[in-house]
Amino acid sequence: MRPLTEAETRSVFEKLGRYIGENIQLLVDRPDGTYCFRLHRDRVYYLSEKLLKVAASIPRDNLVSLGTCFGKFTKSQKFRLSVTALDFLAPYAKYKVWVKPGSEQSFLYGNHVLKSGLGRITENTAQYQGVVVYSMADVPLGFGVAAKSTQECRKVDPMAIVVFHQADVGEYVRNEDTLT
Amino acid sequence: VEEVLAAAEEQDAEKRRSITVEKELELEFDLGNLLALDRNPPAAAGLRGACPRREALLRALARDNTQLLVARLWELPAERAGGAGGPLVAQLPEPTFRLPREKPPPRPRPPTRWEQFARLKGIHKRKKTSLVWDEQAKEWRRRWGYRRAGGDPARAWLAEEDQFARLRREKRERVARNEFNRLRNLARAHRAGTAVPAEPLHPTGHQSREELGHVARVARVSTASLGRFQPRLPKEPVEPPSRSGGRKRRFDPLLGNLSAERSRQLELLRDMGSKKPVLDITRAVNKQLRQEEAEAAAAKGKKQSKRGKRGRRQQRVGRGKKSG
Repeated sequence: MRPLTEAETRSVFEKLGRYIGENIQLLVDRPDGTYCFRLHRDRVYYLSEKLLKVAASIPRDNLVSLGTCFGKFTKSQKFRLSVTALDFLAPYAKYKVWVKPGSEQSFLYGNHVLKSGLGRITENTAQYQGVVVYSMADVPLGFGVAAKSTQECRKVDPMAIVVFHQADVGEYVRNEDTLT
Repeated sequence: VEEVLAAAEEQDAEKRRSITVEKELELEFDLGNLLALDRNPPAAAGLRGACPRREALLRALARDNTQLLVARLWELPAERAGGAGGPLVAQLPEPTFRLPREKPPPRPRPPTRWEQFARLKGIHKRKKTSLVWDEQAKEWRRRWGYRRAGGDPARAWLAEEDQFARLRREKRERVARNEFNRLRNLARAHRAGTAVPAEPLHPTGHQSREELGHVARVARVSTASLGRFQPRLPKEPVEPPSRSGGRKRRFDPLLGNLSAERSRQLELLRDMGSKKPVLDITRAVNKQLRQEEAEAAAAKGKKQSKRGKRGRRQQRVGRGKKSG
């Protein structure tokens, strides 16, 4: 377990910033305690200082997970955000997509969101902008990347993909073994 | 009364038994070392194996021998140390028993480089005589010092040349000759292809930049504090010397100053935020799309006048909101 280096922090913040923009500083600078990021076995964890002090006394080989896992660094040092970060992305998301009840299931199985399943979308969403996907009852289902901007979404045909799937809460069941 | 006497006699006998010891062979004593040597063969049957009586037997043996030793010690001439009230001190005789060595004897040291060379060349030490025969004075004079064999060294002032200058010149020549020979040896070694020993810089002055840097670094670290308090040149970068020589990565401490970490991250966020370019392209594209939609709507509206007008109005209102 170690703190992130400058380059690693930059890549993590860039990735997070694609979804929550400048609200990252609300994650970094919290009024209710000191929270920090730590790297353990290529995974980035977000945890409070109190928890960090406790986790520091566990040997490295025995430590499985700590705090919330935000994502991991791949072998080529690219940061990949995982669904376990959804709890922190959802409240601060800038661009949101609401999915109709019919295609919720489809999204939760790992498919992309089609125009026919699109309920609402935030205005001014740019193309390839990171978005958080909600159900019509405002329950966060996951996150993805907008395949079309808001304007284009209106014109496009119903079978076109509007949101590329990146992570959804169905992964908690599907990838139970690999999530930390 | 008889019983009491018998009991007292038994007690006496008991006491005497405790201080008298019967031995076949007399013990050998070395009172200087407080040593008693018992050459009596031990009771073999009792001591063999791990029988429980062995402990008791050994203890009894030790007690008996100690008794004899102490009895001998009491026979020594004794006196009171430190006046009348002091303790009784016995005067031990000289020790006779040679104790074995505690540590192994020292190994002969390896011969020095000169010794090896001398042995190789067959050079032997020649003892210099303290007196030398002086031919001029025709007598034995000392080798150096007052009235030495070579004559008075102050006589040299009679010669024309300036002695101080001469000495200085000779020293300069000697130094130059030595330096020349050293460089020649070095060149010979280098030419022969053998590893030039511990010479970091090329002697003729054509050092590369890396070589100079390396040598400067080594020189910096070759102080008693390993280069920690050496003054730096104005533009020399401040870098702590890595003990592994740049091999291992060093990370921040795990529980280091968390508030400093937080402020660093906020600064990083600020830097990242300031450099983000405004998404002009998307806006331009959106504007273009809106224009196209407006034109398409206008074209539709001309065909169906009433519905089209309503639609146009609605669309225009909506677009106005969006563009805000």
